[in-house]
Amino acid sequence: MEFLVASSIGALTAGGVYLILRLRAFPVILGLALLTYGVNIFLFASGRLAINLPPVLSKYADTAYTDPLPQALVLTAIVISFGMTAVLVMVALGAYLNSRSDRIDMDDEPLDRDDEPGSEEAPK
Amino acid sequence: MNHWIIAPIILPALLAPLIGFVMRHDMPLARSFSLAGSVALVALAAGLVSLAAGGETMVYRLGDWPAPYGIVLVLDRLSALMILLTSLLGLIVLVHAVATGWDARGRHFHALFQFQLMGIVGAFLTGDVFNLFVFFEILLIASYGLMIHGGGRDRMRAGLQYVVINLVGSTLFLFALGVLYASTGSLNIADLALRVAEIPIEEAALVRLAAMLLMIVFAIKAAIFPIHFWLPGAYGNAPAPVAALFAIMTKVGAYAIIRIHTTIFGPETAATDGLAGTWLFAGAIVTIAIGAFGVLGARRLMPLIAFTVVGSMGTLMLGVAAFSPEATTATLYYLVHSTLAAAALFLAADLVLTRRENGALTAQPVTVQHGLFAALFFGAAIGVAGMPPLSGFLGKLLLLDALRAPGQIGWAWSAILLGSLFTIVGLARAGSILFWKSTAVEPPEPVEGEAAAPAARALEVAPTMAALAMLAGLAVFAGPLANYLDGAAAQLFDRAGYAGAVLGLEAGE
Repeated sequence: MEFLVASSIGALTAGGVYLILRLRAFPVILGLALLTYGVNIFLFASGRLAINLPPVLSKYADTAYTDPLPQALVLTAIVISFGMTAVLVMVALGAYLNSRSDRIDMDDEPLDRDDEPGSEEAPK
Repeated sequence: MNHWIIAPIILPALLAPLIGFVMRHDMPLARSFSLAGSVALVALAAGLVSLAAGGETMVYRLGDWPAPYGIVLVLDRLSALMILLTSLLGLIVLVHAVATGWDARGRHFHALFQFQLMGIVGAFLTGDVFNLFVFFEILLIASYGLMIHGGGRDRMRAGLQYVVINLVGSTLFLFALGVLYASTGSLNIADLALRVAEIPIEEAALVRLAAMLLMIVFAIKAAIFPIHFWLPGAYGNAPAPVAALFAIMTKVGAYAIIRIHTTIFGPETAATDGLAGTWLFAGAIVTIAIGAFGVLGARRLMPLIAFTVVGSMGTLMLGVAAFSPEATTATLYYLVHSTLAAAALFLAADLVLTRRENGALTAQPVTVQHGLFAALFFGAAIGVAGMPPLSGFLGKLLLLDALRAPGQIGWAWSAILLGSLFTIVGLARAGSILFWKSTAVEPPEPVEGEAAAPAARALEVAPTMAALAMLAGLAVFAGPLANYLDGAAAQLFDRAGYAGAVLGLEAGE
């Protein structure tokens, strides 16, 4: 099982890193999503891998248990990364609609544009 | 347990949703609540500083769970100082944003602003590494909203880059925490300090990995080479008041390195063996160079100021990399100074740029109140470049004095001094184009029906003046401040005292 978990984390991370290095917004978003899946499994595994063990202590029987803290951390991480991905999609969409291009890098700055930050009107 | 410790987190946390949901259609009400909240935050922060000035490390156990099982907030001299700095900067920036009408150019400015303050204050107070991650996310998600406030093509695209780089940073943070937890079994800073100190060097590979991963994460926030590249684009395209507020965001990264890499992976820890300082020193030197060349090469005013921020972060990190109490005192002094100086320059630039045709560094017709703006820019530029009589001069002098070790002195002194020289040249060039060459340009014929840019009201100029006055105050009261910072640095390096206070190893409450 260790091999399975480790290789899936590795595959997710490698795929995520590859996609993040793409030039367009959509692959980058997918890449970040893959990376967060990878890191979630990684966090889960940081409390040692165990099967069929409850994450609670039992005071009635002397049963084995698994570390509950990584599960709480993963829960937090999932919520945060889900929210962040949603924000990212909205920002990417905004950038795409504003510039009619979903390239993630910036062009050279033109100097004589009139829609300069600081001098423009509020968007409709 | 003193409940005032959590008040600076609770106040903006309650205020932000109230403003966001209840007052979203009522700008005057939102403004007054936001301003009142910021004033109250300054008062709270001042109270906490006087509380912490005694030198006791105070612990707030959330839910009264004892550390390391529960999450704790820790108030010491360093965190109290950072909170006071945050609240003062927040108030200055907020008054500027309200007076210039920046807050009305998009939606939810005040709610996001309060959430941002909450995240920053929380990051300074927390005594738990995972909680630090959570507060980082709070301040980041608010900063995404503030960064693209007002919209516009370039700002949205710069915002997208900013979001992506910070999400990658967050993922790395989680990886680092996973490694740290797997190798030590704790996430409480004080507990980690004890456990990491016991790890022999032969078994320390994972801990070293975690230390360096955390360093990379904080270096992304602090914009240290080689991960500084996002900053000029983000700060250069953010709304100017937001860029001024972001002056504290890079310092959150610096604070995290100071706190984590001193308390947990300190210089005398066998497991990490001064690893952090070595890499940080080299990175800081290159960062200063990039900041200096960026200032010389910038073609617009906002990126130019952003590059001065990069340069000042490099200077700051030279002091951090020494990891000694003397250098930390100097670093903290320079940290307070550079935050306020960068904010003053961004705000002064905003006053000028909103009255010019565009932000390019070219000669354009003079604006109204030409002399006043020139004086403000000149004052802020003196502060940023680190020239007397403002406090940057003292800050750099303290840093130079602290970096005297044989291996450091050559690199550190030449980097700081040459970097300052280039910054002065770059700022002088920008100032003379903006304010001297512009006087030679014929003003355009007034067009019918198109009003000229209005003169700045007193309230619009006041925040910049206040920031400059604080810089002067820092220089005048350098003695008492340095005493306080000496205490803060000594407290920071007293790792046993910190661990004892947090884990309740001593008798006490």
